[in-house]
Amino acid sequence: MSQPLLEITNLGKRFGGFVALEGINLTVQRGERVGLIGPNGSGKSTLVNCVCGTLSNETGSVYFDGQDMNGLSAHQRTHRGMARSFQLPRPFGSLTVQDNLRIPLLYTVNARAHTAADTQTRSHLSPAEIDARCAELLGLVGLADKADKLPRDLTQIEMRKLELARAMAADPKLLIADESMAGLSQSEVADIVALLIKLNERGITIILIEHIMSAVMSFSQRLVVLVSGRKIADGKPEAVVNDPQVIGAYLGQ
Amino acid sequence: MRTPIFFIVALLCGTAVFGAALWSGNDYIFYAGYVVLHFIVLATAWNILGGYCGYVNFGSAAFFAIGAYSTIALHKLGTNISRYFPDAIAPVAELIMPLPIPVLILIGGCIAGLVGLGTGYLTLRLRGAFFAIATLALAVVLQTLVVNWEFVGGARGAYVIAPQTLSIGNFELRYIHYLAFIMIVLVVIAITVARLIERSRLGYGFASIRDDELAAEACGVPTLRLKLIATTISGALMGMAGAPFPYYINYLDPASAFNLSYGVNSIAMPMIGGTTSWMGPLVGAIIIATLQQWMTVTFSSEWGVLFAGALLIIFVILAPKGIVGHAQDFLRRRRQQAGANR
Repeated sequence: MSQPLLEITNLGKRFGGFVALEGINLTVQRGERVGLIGPNGSGKSTLVNCVCGTLSNETGSVYFDGQDMNGLSAHQRTHRGMARSFQLPRPFGSLTVQDNLRIPLLYTVNARAHTAADTQTRSHLSPAEIDARCAELLGLVGLADKADKLPRDLTQIEMRKLELARAMAADPKLLIADESMAGLSQSEVADIVALLIKLNERGITIILIEHIMSAVMSFSQRLVVLVSGRKIADGKPEAVVNDPQVIGAYLGQ
Repeated sequence: MRTPIFFIVALLCGTAVFGAALWSGNDYIFYAGYVVLHFIVLATAWNILGGYCGYVNFGSAAFFAIGAYSTIALHKLGTNISRYFPDAIAPVAELIMPLPIPVLILIGGCIAGLVGLGTGYLTLRLRGAFFAIATLALAVVLQTLVVNWEFVGGARGAYVIAPQTLSIGNFELRYIHYLAFIMIVLVVIAITVARLIERSRLGYGFASIRDDELAAEACGVPTLRLKLIATTISGALMGMAGAPFPYYINYLDPASAFNLSYGVNSIAMPMIGGTTSWMGPLVGAIIIATLQQWMTVTFSSEWGVLFAGALLIIFVILAPKGIVGHAQDFLRRRRQQAGANR
């Protein structure tokens, strides 16, 4: 098997005396669609934050694309090819929808073009190319007619789409979507799932963190369950949801 | 408009104003105008960190005073060369001292910029009110240092007597005219820098930091580096505004160099004018500083600070986007309406 894209070994994180994550091992292959579920407070978002560098992990290691991520800040990890969307959308409020996408294009795609360490020869985008890329991304998520709007004029689902488009603008290898569908209607959820699958077909590995089980089940090729900071299941979605331990954790023992 | 063209146009506008003031034959315009001009530089400088990045700096007076006191220190060195310089360097010092004001501005700007960089490194992990408190503390610490630094006059203050006139070849220029013209050039430099930042990659990065630092990091913005760039540029411009000040005021003591009015005004002017564009601090500074000059001669200078403070409160509550921000909104709405009617 080829080298995995993401390799988390023995990851641990505490907040004071509270153990948020303990002994997490997780390997994600290139091109996979992984669902990550768990009850509230089980450490899903903490795991995302540790992987993305927003929080520093106390034990264990994160290898991404063959590189040790330890000690790299969040923006450096984004430069290496990780992208995330936030649980609550965090758009840049004073910038238009289009300019929101400009930030990762300017600071990740173009920054990558500068670093010689990158073996792939990516070229520096000109202002016209950046405009074109913005338009393309907005078309992809279905926000083409909202380019000049401010985020506060968007609806909830449009905000989620902007969040995903902005993560995609960084041209990532791995996209971590943290509850991209919370608070959306049934048909909107289907909309986002279809979008995520479309992104996956373009070769992007996706980890989806979600509470809405129908979405997780239709999206995931593999399902990982966190409970109280520990991984209790990892496997085929159908097998995982029928695992007595998982049912116990969700319904209470 | 491209930056070099903008710079030239702005410089021509400045020169035209200068020419009109000369033609009026009233020197008071230059004395009052100098104050207005140095507040434009301060407000523009404050806005680079406060408006673009969203970090409120209460310590503007510190950076301003660093510029002013670097000039005083260099002036003092120049008055007694045989005492302060070793024999080997004395002839060289004799040749270049006293340093011309543009050089003093550059030196003051460099020192204040370095202090800005250092302050940024120490304080930028703080956010919101805590950052503001730290910058306020910086002003207090620096003032205490200067009060106890005998070489620059300590608490007694220091005299810097400017000549009446400056001769360039056989052309004689009144010194206040010279100072005012230098300030005009400095204003043009400051607003050109601010405008350049606003329209560049750096400006987008600053805006992302102001809106959401965590999301900015996730988009690949190196937030700490950008904030350090902002504190350095902002501090340097404030120091540049302060460097010629001793030649204007002729007597400087810590109480006036670290005066509350610098801290208050450099916040009030951009907030009232509008913080998102280079025009905001310019408009705010012109309006507030001009009214303050009028108040100073009509009532007293204390009223000027009170006025700026009161106006700041009113604007923050009722018109948080400032004059320029609300004007832009108004124009946008009108354009949209015109588009809908067509």
